[in-house]
Amino acid sequence: MGKYIVRRLLTAIPTILVISFIIFAIVDLSPSDPTGNLPLTIPPAVRQKIREALGADDPFVVKYVKWLQQFFISEPLNLFETSFGVTLPGSEDRVRVISWATRGPVIDIIAERLPQTIWVVGSSYILGVLIAVPVGVFSAYRQYSIFDQVGTFLMMIGFSVPTFFTGLMFIIIFSVNLKWFPSVYDTTLVVTDIETLQMQLRQMFMPVTVLTLYTTAQMSRYTRASTLENLQQDYIRTARSKGLTERVVVTTHAVRNSLIPVVTLIALGIPGIFAGALITEQIFRVNGIGQYLIIAIQGGDLPTVQTVTFIFAVLVVLFNIVADVLYGILDPRVTYT
Amino acid sequence: MTTIEKTKPGRLDSEELLQARTFAGDAWRQFRKHRLALIAIAVLSLIILGVLIGPFFWTIEPEYIDIMAAYQVSSPEHPWGTDSLGRDTLARALQGGRVSLMIGISAMLVSISIGTIIGLASGYFRRLDNPLMRMTDIFIALPQLPLLLVLMMLFREPLKASFGVEGGVFILMVSVIGGLQWMPTARLVRGEVLTVKSREFITAANAVGSRDGRILRAHILPNVMSPVIVAATFSVAAAIITESALSFLGLGFPPDFPTWGRLLFDGKDYLTITWTLVFWPGMLISMTVLCVNFIGDGLRDALDPRLRK
Repeated sequence: MGKYIVRRLLTAIPTILVISFIIFAIVDLSPSDPTGNLPLTIPPAVRQKIREALGADDPFVVKYVKWLQQFFISEPLNLFETSFGVTLPGSEDRVRVISWATRGPVIDIIAERLPQTIWVVGSSYILGVLIAVPVGVFSAYRQYSIFDQVGTFLMMIGFSVPTFFTGLMFIIIFSVNLKWFPSVYDTTLVVTDIETLQMQLRQMFMPVTVLTLYTTAQMSRYTRASTLENLQQDYIRTARSKGLTERVVVTTHAVRNSLIPVVTLIALGIPGIFAGALITEQIFRVNGIGQYLIIAIQGGDLPTVQTVTFIFAVLVVLFNIVADVLYGILDPRVTYT
Repeated sequence: MTTIEKTKPGRLDSEELLQARTFAGDAWRQFRKHRLALIAIAVLSLIILGVLIGPFFWTIEPEYIDIMAAYQVSSPEHPWGTDSLGRDTLARALQGGRVSLMIGISAMLVSISIGTIIGLASGYFRRLDNPLMRMTDIFIALPQLPLLLVLMMLFREPLKASFGVEGGVFILMVSVIGGLQWMPTARLVRGEVLTVKSREFITAANAVGSRDGRILRAHILPNVMSPVIVAATFSVAAAIITESALSFLGLGFPPDFPTWGRLLFDGKDYLTITWTLVFWPGMLISMTVLCVNFIGDGLRDALDPRLRK
């Protein structure tokens, strides 16, 4: 297994490099200019200096190699320094990925915004999975019952209605009319006592619920399909015929096997939820990574767009490997060679 | 089939049995049992009909500005309300629906064509299999939504210049959505081709000297069509959602060119004043996608002989 993981990680390196090249090349086609947003009073000679300092006029290959060096060498070294509080030689000369908009390191801004995204997206994903698995299993166990029919209908609705519509409806109902929850996420809020904790929970309620609804619908569909398939297998009949209780048959025989594909789907879905958070963060004004990417795209901040998009891509590749490895751990029939 | 049935006259007690059973007939019989899919077809036809011929009956111009009638929630003249400039939401939703549905269908055609061609080539020609599948893997690893946003931002201006504002964004939208959604179809088709390829009738076709192109077109393609049709249905839904999402993030069509997603984007700033502005376009998106997904579910059950009861 260890060997397999190492091999997968090694083969991921060329994939990641190709993807980084594609993303970098596409974004670099953009006519965006780092001095575009500066006041018109700045003379052209100064603009030229700024452009040179940010490396915006370099040939494509130079820019790409520089970015690779910044992202894969400078940033990890910097992360190492800040997390262990040591200073390595050459620390001052190290060039980091610099945003054109803020003139600061992109990674620092991402690190600032990551907690909000993880709080909102992460909690809704966990919540969604926790609801979806029992619902899906029960729905499959009682196939064609009222619960199953209503359940699958609701799952289809939750799966079809886009989050930007549910989000806006939630704002209309709970913020505008009932005034129960704030529609704008306040990031400056620091949880210190019961009262601020309450406020935090209240402002998290709507974005988390919207994302949870979507995750629940999607995951319970998979769980139901997978459980249905397993309940028809021969080993379930065998288990029943040797006199095991229904509870044991369902929980230890059917469910354990049905959850194998579900677990891998959960892993595969994690990068997707970051993309989904793009929209939810925009609706509820959560200043997470998704919102940062949209601001960067609208502002033509190329280094930020390249870096954030690339991080999303790395997450996809990484969680693909995680899903495959999990499958191997959970299902003894799968062997890696 | 009919000749066999005619040799057993005892079973021919009704006229219906005399007729040959076709694949399409069987599929339709199965499809009819999926009640929700039938309702979905009815609702979807209603939406499509409304969008196509609705503007002939609801004759208010979508771009007609009437400041005095701005921010209405609902009134006899404007049953779906009006926006900040007093433009009629119903008229705009009908016009926007044409664009949204067109994009859904065109993007589906693009993604299904690319997916089917790559899947066929990769499953049939062994030498192409590895490179094509590696390429598919890389496309799957690309982060969809961020990349769509980036592409929309980059190519809007050049395409606007050569195809006009609406035409440019339309072409861009369709090619970008279609170009990033073909991967599941390609994998699906490849898998089907691999199983069909090893069957006897392909060997027979090879033995009588059929060319690769003919085998692919006449023998393999018809046998992989069922999953492709199902995938096509779901991909219409996905494309409509993606278009709305892009427009909702402000990277779609220009403001005076309504689509359902664009209407949501414009309406979201006036939620406290009038809720109908986002409600109706959002309902239309949701209903359309829901119907398409139900039809896809029904088709999947109907077209797979193994699932038939």
